[in-house]
Amino acid sequence: MADPTPLAALPESTPVLDIDGLIDDPGVKVIVCCGSGGVGKTTTAASLGLRAAERGRKVCVMTIDPARRLAQSMGLSQLDNTPRSVAGVDDANGGSLDAMMLDMKRTFDEIVESHSDPGRAQAILENPFYQALSTSFAGTQEYMAMEKLGQLRSAAETTGEWDLIIVDTPPSRSALDFLDAPKRLGSFLDGRLMKLLSAPARGAGKFGAKVVGASLSVVTGTLTKVIGAQVLKDLQGFVSSFDALFGGFRQRAEATYAQLQAPDTRFLVVAAPERDALREASYFVERLAGEDMPLAGLILNRVQEVPLPNLSAETALAGADRLDENGEHPLTAGMLRLHADRVANGQRQRRLAQRFSTAHPRVPAAAAPALAGDVHDLDGLREVAAALADQ
Amino acid sequence: MSTPSTAGRPVTGKPRGGDWPKVRLHVVSGKGGTGKTTVAAALALALASGGGRVLLMEVEGRQGIAQLFDTPPLPYEERLVAVAPDGGEVFALAVDPEAALLEYLEMFYNMRRAGTALRKLGAVDFATTIAPGVRDVLLTGKAIEAVKRGERAGKPTYDAIVMDAPPTGRITRFLNVTSEVGGLAKVGPIKSQSDSVMAVIRSPRTAVHLVTLLEEMPVQETLDGIEELRESQLPVGAVIVNMERGPRLTPEGLRDALDGTLDVDEVKAGVVAAELPRKLNVNTVTKTLIAEAAEHAERVELEQTERERLDAAERPIYELPEMSGGIDLGALYAMARMLREQGVA
Repeated sequence: MADPTPLAALPESTPVLDIDGLIDDPGVKVIVCCGSGGVGKTTTAASLGLRAAERGRKVCVMTIDPARRLAQSMGLSQLDNTPRSVAGVDDANGGSLDAMMLDMKRTFDEIVESHSDPGRAQAILENPFYQALSTSFAGTQEYMAMEKLGQLRSAAETTGEWDLIIVDTPPSRSALDFLDAPKRLGSFLDGRLMKLLSAPARGAGKFGAKVVGASLSVVTGTLTKVIGAQVLKDLQGFVSSFDALFGGFRQRAEATYAQLQAPDTRFLVVAAPERDALREASYFVERLAGEDMPLAGLILNRVQEVPLPNLSAETALAGADRLDENGEHPLTAGMLRLHADRVANGQRQRRLAQRFSTAHPRVPAAAAPALAGDVHDLDGLREVAAALADQ
Repeated sequence: MSTPSTAGRPVTGKPRGGDWPKVRLHVVSGKGGTGKTTVAAALALALASGGGRVLLMEVEGRQGIAQLFDTPPLPYEERLVAVAPDGGEVFALAVDPEAALLEYLEMFYNMRRAGTALRKLGAVDFATTIAPGVRDVLLTGKAIEAVKRGERAGKPTYDAIVMDAPPTGRITRFLNVTSEVGGLAKVGPIKSQSDSVMAVIRSPRTAVHLVTLLEEMPVQETLDGIEELRESQLPVGAVIVNMERGPRLTPEGLRDALDGTLDVDEVKAGVVAAELPRKLNVNTVTKTLIAEAAEHAERVELEQTERERLDAAERPIYELPEMSGGIDLGALYAMARMLREQGVA
């Protein structure tokens, strides 16, 4: 690799994100990696986890949906919610690395099982609405990721097994989904419709009377027309058993959300130097500020390195044209065109990154270079983390 | 801005050519980050070229189409967003499940007011978010309505519908509405609506295209997606490889670059003959170009491996290069042209 200049995409005025300072800080116990889909969140979480472990932290990395070979390299062969020790980690500094993959349905099932007697739990687990909610409701994965984080955090506090938890967030179209989904799920489950539907089970009238402008019969009548009577019955069964179980899902969601404001938590916003990913990163940075959630900085992945920026795209192309006209040195001509592509791509990325930095001048950033191959072993992860730490 | 109903133009008698003459609904899916929305838009432009009328739909509420065509956020209304080469038109619609549900209630039950009351209660939120499959039936149902619109009179409103659909990981469940809803509703209006939607989705009038990059994870997801779609008897269309870098050197050059056996003296002689500005050191330039060529060769080899894995799926493959200037309107038109040249339309 010739003179890597990964930070070339970021303006010089951008503060440098001190990765080692972050992962070495004993006051930091949770790092949340967020960003839109396809920007390398999982790889970032895994590589930071590995580096932190090799520098002496006892780390647990929770991944959501890792690439198969990356998962295999970390010894993860199944979605089973159980953190397992990753082999091949250098423990000379007293650290360790465990990794797990989130199984959202299982996490949800466990919440149900731990909060009710076996018979009742069974009824809920078999209800078709519960099954839909736990597998396909947009937001369940985000919510369960937060639940799991809470569980890992309390396990870490009681057993001392880990002193740093790094979480990857679900692959959503928008980075904000991670913050919004739990509240949406909570307020939905705790909403007026749910109360209304569960009312017959608890004695009708109490809640029905509160409904202004629409009587229970209009609502159930409409729902029956659209979804059918059996569905409505299943739904009411689900709502009443669920309501008794949690007695306030919204509160639970809010408590989980508040964990993210804890002083030992840091957010890393991950992006690639593409328009959409950086726009999402921007939204996220603004949102975190608005919610008093501590942002550690921006990780800009897959940045095109531009070795020899003095050889501009135009000059390289002119040189290639000259060779072609003379009909000589086709190999060098091809290489000059390759260089021109690379410079042009690097410039485009730089413009996009600059736009971000101008809007958020105080957000520290670190960049990782685009690699020729995919990352799927510990050496690859080490390389990524080393590049991020060495800015 | 005009809507199709006010355009006042007789529907095109454009002969339907290309690789997908029977297909009216093109569903475009792909892993996040592969450029699914961009490809869907380019496909819509390609299908409209030469006088067609195409509806480009998005269903995930993120206004990606508006950003792409640089227009204000789209309302729940079909709007002209682009004129294709030779007179075609692309209309766009951002489908909002809530609006679709109210429209559905009104259309079938004349229940707009009940719908408003339901919304106040959160029932609409309920129906469009948790009730399994209902949301998907509403979104796909809207696409099917657009496919069928005007058909009975022999003048379909649109020649084709292109849907920017949910990502590969969710596409089968999204399209397989009958089985999703079937677990809950064995009879009733939602069931019959989902049956009629399913009949079109499973027919040769629909094709599900998957967008991918030539990288390990997107390719794996594409292959898994094809498998799942096939298992559910959903019609798999083409694989569209996006942001392909492609080889910039001859096969010999690539091989030597990969093996580290490039002829340094020959490259250097070329650098000298290229008459670059004098401030550039010939040896540094040579060394840099060789290092870049080696990385490029490694990437090309990786792309080749992934390409072979895609070939094994035995679906038509279209290829779009990485647009080094980024994606703007010009790039969209260029991509549409490339799709046409490869036989899409």
